[in-house]
Amino acid sequence: MINLVWLVPFLPLLGFLVNGLGRRFLSKSLVGFVGSSTVLAAFVVSLMIFFQVKADGFTAQVVNLFDFISVGSLHIPFAFQVDQLSALFLLIITGVGTLIHIYSTSYMHDESNESFARYFAYLNLFVFSMLILVLGANYVMMFIGWEGVGLCSYLLIGFWFKNTSYNNAAKKAFIMNRIGDLGFLLGILFMIMQFGTVTFPEVFSKAAPLGMNSPVLGAIAMLLFVGAMGKSAQIPLYTWLPDAMAGPTPVSALIHAATMVTAGIYMIARSNVIYTLAPCIQTVVAIIGLATAVFAASIALKQNDIKKVLAYSTVSQLGYMFLALGVGAYGAAVFHVMTHAFFKALLFLGSGSVIHAMGGEQDIRKMGGLKKYMPTTNWTFLIGCIAIAGIPGFSGFFSKDEILAHAFGVNISYYVIGLIGALMTAFYMFRLYYITFCGQFRGTHEQEHHLHESPAAMTVPLIVLAILSVVGGYVGMPEVFGTKNFLAEYLAPIFAPSAPFAVTHHLSHSTEWLLMGLSSVLVIVMILLARQKFVNYQDTGAENTGLAKVLENKWYIDELYDAVIVKPLYELSRFFRDTVEKAGIDRLVNGVGRGVKWGSQQLRLVQTGNVGFYIFAMVISMIVLFVIGFLL
Amino acid sequence: MPVQYYIFLSIALFCIGVMGVLMRRNAIIIFMCIELMLNAVNLLLVAFSKMWADAGKVDAGSAQLFVFFIMVVAAAEVAVGLAIITMVYRNTHSVDINILNRLKN
Amino acid sequence: MLTVLLILIPFIAGLIAFGLKGSGPKVLAVISSLATVATAIGAWCRLGTAPDSLSFTANWIPQLGSQFRVGLDGMGMMLCLLTAIAFLLVFIAIYNRNYESSNSFYGLLLLSQAGLTGVFTAYDALQFYIFWELALIPVYFLCSLWGGDKRIAVTFKFFVYTFLGSLLMLVGIIYLYTQNPDHSFSWESFTNLHLGADQQNWLFWLFFVAFAIKMPVFPFHTWQPDTYEQSPTPVTMILSGIMVKMGLFGVIRWLVPVLPEGVHMWADVAIVLSIIGIIYASCIAMVQSDLKRLIAYSSIAHIGLMSAAIFSHTEQGMQGVLLQMFNHGINIIGLWIIVEIIQQRFNIKNMDELGGIAQKAPRMAIFLVIISLANIGLPLTNGFVGEFLMFSGLFQYNHWFMAVAGLGIILAAVYTLNMIQKVMFGNANALTETTTDLQPAEVLALSLVVAIILILGVYPKPILDLVSNTTAVVLKF
Repeated sequence: MINLVWLVPFLPLLGFLVNGLGRRFLSKSLVGFVGSSTVLAAFVVSLMIFFQVKADGFTAQVVNLFDFISVGSLHIPFAFQVDQLSALFLLIITGVGTLIHIYSTSYMHDESNESFARYFAYLNLFVFSMLILVLGANYVMMFIGWEGVGLCSYLLIGFWFKNTSYNNAAKKAFIMNRIGDLGFLLGILFMIMQFGTVTFPEVFSKAAPLGMNSPVLGAIAMLLFVGAMGKSAQIPLYTWLPDAMAGPTPVSALIHAATMVTAGIYMIARSNVIYTLAPCIQTVVAIIGLATAVFAASIALKQNDIKKVLAYSTVSQLGYMFLALGVGAYGAAVFHVMTHAFFKALLFLGSGSVIHAMGGEQDIRKMGGLKKYMPTTNWTFLIGCIAIAGIPGFSGFFSKDEILAHAFGVNISYYVIGLIGALMTAFYMFRLYYITFCGQFRGTHEQEHHLHESPAAMTVPLIVLAILSVVGGYVGMPEVFGTKNFLAEYLAPIFAPSAPFAVTHHLSHSTEWLLMGLSSVLVIVMILLARQKFVNYQDTGAENTGLAKVLENKWYIDELYDAVIVKPLYELSRFFRDTVEKAGIDRLVNGVGRGVKWGSQQLRLVQTGNVGFYIFAMVISMIVLFVIGFLL
Repeated sequence: MPVQYYIFLSIALFCIGVMGVLMRRNAIIIFMCIELMLNAVNLLLVAFSKMWADAGKVDAGSAQLFVFFIMVVAAAEVAVGLAIITMVYRNTHSVDINILNRLKN
Repeated sequence: MLTVLLILIPFIAGLIAFGLKGSGPKVLAVISSLATVATAIGAWCRLGTAPDSLSFTANWIPQLGSQFRVGLDGMGMMLCLLTAIAFLLVFIAIYNRNYESSNSFYGLLLLSQAGLTGVFTAYDALQFYIFWELALIPVYFLCSLWGGDKRIAVTFKFFVYTFLGSLLMLVGIIYLYTQNPDHSFSWESFTNLHLGADQQNWLFWLFFVAFAIKMPVFPFHTWQPDTYEQSPTPVTMILSGIMVKMGLFGVIRWLVPVLPEGVHMWADVAIVLSIIGIIYASCIAMVQSDLKRLIAYSSIAHIGLMSAAIFSHTEQGMQGVLLQMFNHGINIIGLWIIVEIIQQRFNIKNMDELGGIAQKAPRMAIFLVIISLANIGLPLTNGFVGEFLMFSGLFQYNHWFMAVAGLGIILAAVYTLNMIQKVMFGNANALTETTTDLQPAEVLALSLVVAIILILGVYPKPILDLVSNTTAVVLKF
């Protein structure tokens, strides 16, 4: 079975080719079928692989396809690695991917035939790239998928290419990702120079002897982390993600919530040996993650676009995952990736259902009271909110709690700040819920008339994801509850190489109970607060002032980047174009030509035509030559 | 007679020729001055030929061969040159070289 | 003999083309280029089994010790293949166009093909120099007869500029010849000269400037945007796809082996100039609204990276350069084909006036996107492997150089995406409203380009293996 792993990325690729080449001939239902079924088939294969990997005594296997790059002593094979980590990600990607493909067949149904096929082709291409990313057996393969998902994200954000602002958002996403990619690339090159290989096990086995705090590993870790910042939208490279909401909503669910943005977490979890050996970089990771978590949560408090709230929430949750990586809780980070994939995909799809019903409206101030029109969407969305807020019993609670407990073990201030972020999360999610689904409907009559529950193709994925959001947490229940932590046990072989270097902080059970109780109570308080404030929300149209205004404008970070980086860069470029190039180098070049011409003009005047003068010049020259001849 | 006498005479003749060429405007005079220079050189050649022959270094008359070359060339030159001057005079009714500056620019 | 055929086929076809009328030259050009491609592929097969059968020597000017010596190594083979494919692509892409006095147009193009192939196969310095000029002269006429409005001034500048470089190189070759006890211009005897460091010191610049002008490397590049802008697009394809490779080829074949110490001494300077060129040209490309100039500057940036990687003198860098020479040639010709189509349709080059073509001509948009992405080195397109290896080589030479050069890939993304957006996306305007999708000949040419892009992107091994012997030879010096 493991040898058939190439089928997993190949099937979506096939779907991409069929849909891409046949976009003019295939009917919508056929396109939808090809797109969804290929991913579903990939999911089935992944599931079989997963069960094989899960069996006891399984060791990582590498499937070599062919030699990709082979120069001198450097060999980079086109190879897939199947182990616990990649098998888990395969399941998440193909599983959530299948649901979102099915959802899309209904959501995108209003598109023209050709663009419907184009959409599915891109989506399949994305799944292919993402699978390459997690299956790659070396960093270059990972980089291939890494840039591939960036490309698909670009194509899908700018899917409605007639709209200039969507195109700008797509461009921004691609370029910001490329900044990160440069860091990643530098990290890979550093590895090649230092270790002469990019294959995971070889790199890790050569890294371990360098010991703790070696500057080389520090540099590699930092560079890889820059790559992760770009892909996983961490400070300072996060601003593309909220803009990426310009894409169709299922895309936001799949790419910008469930899978692509977690690539950075995957990469660091994969490189756990390198990070464990570079504790100061780990601290950087933790601090950046924590800062992003709180910062993005604060912005989400005041957003009015349903997708923007979810986007900032995603940035914030990614911050938590990096916090987990930074404190060495790799398993917890992967756990949160998984639960987050469920509930965030659920929330995005739910918001898509709302937007679909509202005829494209995304401003929550113009919604309200949707509960009675869309019951299924309502309760699934509510489950998503509960899960992300961290109410005990739902998946988000377990994963977030595990992260916070680890953070507490490393540094209490991490815990406190993380908890503040979690409380904000609970508040803004329920603000979103109450404004959207409760109270009075605030839209136009036409919209009210149009309101309807979405078709089954959309609600079934919602229900499946809602169930997963509830039960998904039980695979990683902390041992405090007296059960085994299945996930931690399953992933243990991945993190085994770094275990000897890791510093473990063990919390006593009573402390863990205390922390859990504290966060649960505070979260419920926040939810009640939100309910009290927003359950009967009326749009007063009043302008925000003070801090609220700053938050609504996202701390003016976009404006800051524009003023500090973009504008000066363009100014510099214009300076190069107009001054250095035209007035400098080219004028110099032309000047040489003109100088020669001018000099010739002057010399021409010597030719007076006066024979006497010619002879005089001749005689003088001869005398001068004689004199020189004598003197020398 | 010491060879210096011939050298001085020859230099004097040559310089007269040069000055004539430089200062006169009449093409015919310039032409004659050129002949003067050529003859100055001829004189020098003959004188040196004699000197080296007396010293027994070369055969007598071997350098004087050049003189005949020069004379032949000079004769040819006179033929061409005078023909040009004649044509110039026919066209411009003057042999003043300063008006012959149409080649400039 | 196959090597001689590679030169002779286009040469004779070019001479014949002058005498043909109507669509004769066009057809002849396609046939000749097909034959050249077939010959090149045949030579490639022979290269593995009987490499000696590809070299050919004849007495040429025995008094000077100069011979007519052609031969093929991996790099020469790769470039001959590129030349053959590139001309085929050009001829297919412009098949539906009618040029005034097309017999001379096609004749000159074919002659320049012969000259280029001659450059890539020459193993005698004097012969190299002569082919170097021979390739230039037809291009001069092509530009000055079929070019844009400012063609006379621009072509004059181009010619004088490159000719100045050639003359410097000639001085260098003659000096080397005078120092050569064998009284020969042959590559082997030149590489065995072992001149003193002080001589290599200044000789380096004679050759480097010649090659740097051709590539072009900052600050010798100003002829290039003007020329690309004013030349007829088929000529621009040849200029940017193949002629700039002459400079890189010259460095690898002649400069590095003949003057190794000079190269070693000035490598830092050359790399710094190249890297300045990358950043500088990328920045200018970002603020260009003229499509042709944008691609011209992007080409300067890409060539800058190749030049820097050569001087890094590492195995990975060298392999990357050789691979990228091929890929860059294919990619940029693909880009020019699309530019040519756009210019033909709308008769403007200003991107701000375009837009919305993707709606009307989706296939053109797809081709442009794929080729542009290959041009910025997206993985699984051919641009990636070359760039990756070059970066790796440069990184091993100096981290900071690589880090600065790497900024180029970010800037490249900026200007390429800007270009795609302005040309293809947005709403169709009055100008682009009525456009139709590609014609069959254009689809054929672009499909060939895309096929090469994807095949070499996934499986670059054939080219890497082909050029590895050149790398091994060059790195010995």
